[in-house]
Amino acid sequence: MGGHTSNYVPTSRWGKWMDERLPIARMMKNQFIDYPTPRNLNYLWTFGGILTLILVGQIATGVVLAMHYQPSATAAFDSIEQIRRDVNYGWMLRDFHSVGASMFFLAVFIHIFRGMYYGSYKAPREVLWILGVLIMLLMMATAFMGYTLPWGQMSFWGVTVITNLFSALDTIYNGLGTAIVEWLWGGYAVSGVTLNRFFSLHYLLPFILTAVVGLHIWALHIAGQNNPTGLDLKEPSDTVPMHPYATSKDAVGIFAFLLIYAWFVFFVPDYLGHADNYIEANPLVTPPHIVPEWYFLPFYAILRAFTSSFLGIPLGQYAKLCGVIAMFSAVIIIAFAPWLDTSRIRSAKYRPIFKWFFWFFVFTCVALGYLGSKPAEGVYVFAAQIFTVCYFLFFLAVMPIVGLIETPRRMPRSITEAVLGEGGGGLPSGAAAAPEKR
Amino acid sequence: MLEAALSTDALEPGRRDFLVVAGNAFAAIGAASLLWPFIQQMNPDASTMALSSVEVDLAPVKEGQALTVMWRGKPIFIRNRTKSEVEAAENVNVKTLPDDLARNENLPQDDLATDANRTIKGHENWIVLIGICTHLGCIPKGQAFGDERGEFGGWFCPCHGSQYDTSGRIRKGPAPRNLEVPPYAFMTDSKIKIG
Repeated sequence: MGGHTSNYVPTSRWGKWMDERLPIARMMKNQFIDYPTPRNLNYLWTFGGILTLILVGQIATGVVLAMHYQPSATAAFDSIEQIRRDVNYGWMLRDFHSVGASMFFLAVFIHIFRGMYYGSYKAPREVLWILGVLIMLLMMATAFMGYTLPWGQMSFWGVTVITNLFSALDTIYNGLGTAIVEWLWGGYAVSGVTLNRFFSLHYLLPFILTAVVGLHIWALHIAGQNNPTGLDLKEPSDTVPMHPYATSKDAVGIFAFLLIYAWFVFFVPDYLGHADNYIEANPLVTPPHIVPEWYFLPFYAILRAFTSSFLGIPLGQYAKLCGVIAMFSAVIIIAFAPWLDTSRIRSAKYRPIFKWFFWFFVFTCVALGYLGSKPAEGVYVFAAQIFTVCYFLFFLAVMPIVGLIETPRRMPRSITEAVLGEGGGGLPSGAAAAPEKR
Repeated sequence: MLEAALSTDALEPGRRDFLVVAGNAFAAIGAASLLWPFIQQMNPDASTMALSSVEVDLAPVKEGQALTVMWRGKPIFIRNRTKSEVEAAENVNVKTLPDDLARNENLPQDDLATDANRTIKGHENWIVLIGICTHLGCIPKGQAFGDERGEFGGWFCPCHGSQYDTSGRIRKGPAPRNLEVPPYAFMTDSKIKIG
């Protein structure tokens, strides 16, 4: 990992012995205690810590839930009820896990919008950004398979609809899509066989996710953190040590977030779910209105925007394939942001035009989320088509063009100047401890 | 001396280079071929694939009524169509359909989606379909009495609004193909065998 020269000095004989063999204490001190962080980070920068905590929490609750859960078509539904009613503290552990998925996505969406607003995806953080998109994809796969496990009506039909997306490949090569879908199912329809393998993968993926998070943090510590001005770190007075400055700020953010999380868990644990999922899976009856969990709604709206025609363009038998391609592209395109954005300025704070487009993009995502929750008919389809176009235009038109035509606002010369004003510098008034010299 | 040996090595691949390349290639192919069992184990196994067939007694299904049975874990829609429903299905120009192929497992793949090609001769009032929407796999409505049947009087998928006619052909909505006709045959006038 990069950053700065090490000033770790082992104090005990044992510490010295260990430092010559596996310098893990040195790494921890360099990367998570002394590590120089920009002095102007705001609370939006606490979401990295929040997300790490949720990941650990999801794995911890997940491992103990797996001790009571039965991944079979006949027993799954009842075992969830048993966990909620009979298992000691099962009601709490289960709700922490299911609400945790929603909180995970809430935090990751804020984290991603933060990165977009402050230009955190731009050089030299492209790999960091791509790893982030990969993490979101893994989260989506994990959450999708986890939602299958209660084996309620929404679980069953959600899996049916989403796995059937692959059958769109039949329009390219007859039989290819069907072969893939039957391979995923392990049969000719979604069944207990499918549930079993999804349970296995749902247990596996979080550990792969953890590994990619490790790479994400590694890449972060090579490039260093971005900050609200988007300026590079230039002088020692631009930074403060990670501990106690960034860590205590992270703690405040984490506690605030936990308050919201706990409120959902203890007061409205089912608010973010669907009543239909308390009806056991029935392969003969489709619920009248299938909706995914809220965090998939914007992507679901894009999928459904492609009916037999799209804004008057007839699609015929390619409607399904177009919808599927658009939905996956909506995630993949985020990874290309570093090369689509032509502006050299990172932070939207100094980009008067981009700033407005950014907020319109946030509105677009929220609007798509709302439309994804509505039935696919009439005016909702038309609106979803309009906002689908807006979503892609943000990446394909706004990012390249605005960067070329926009005149940025005057920027401070350094982070220190941004904090203390022109002529500022040296130590912040409250920092008597001279942290950068410790 | 060592340098001289290395330089001739680089110019003229010798027996050792051949052995290294061949050995590595052999190991790589061997390792890659081990992937196959890990992929293949997820496919339907022989017990699932064993073509189970079901026999269905049609005698209790009166004109205008419908029956749903299970075959290979999938719902099969059977409907005893009324005269007007059969006529409506027959009087459609196949060329105007979104999917003009019969999708009938009892017939060649490129047969057209005429109502005759979707039914069995002499039993035109009976339509037998795999009741899974070709869009994303929901079960369309239209089997039960009082169900929404869509503009074309056949089946209506509540998930994304696909509408099928009385021959199970897609007429409107996002589904790309007609509802499939499973392999089946009439054993007697009032009994069919599916599969």
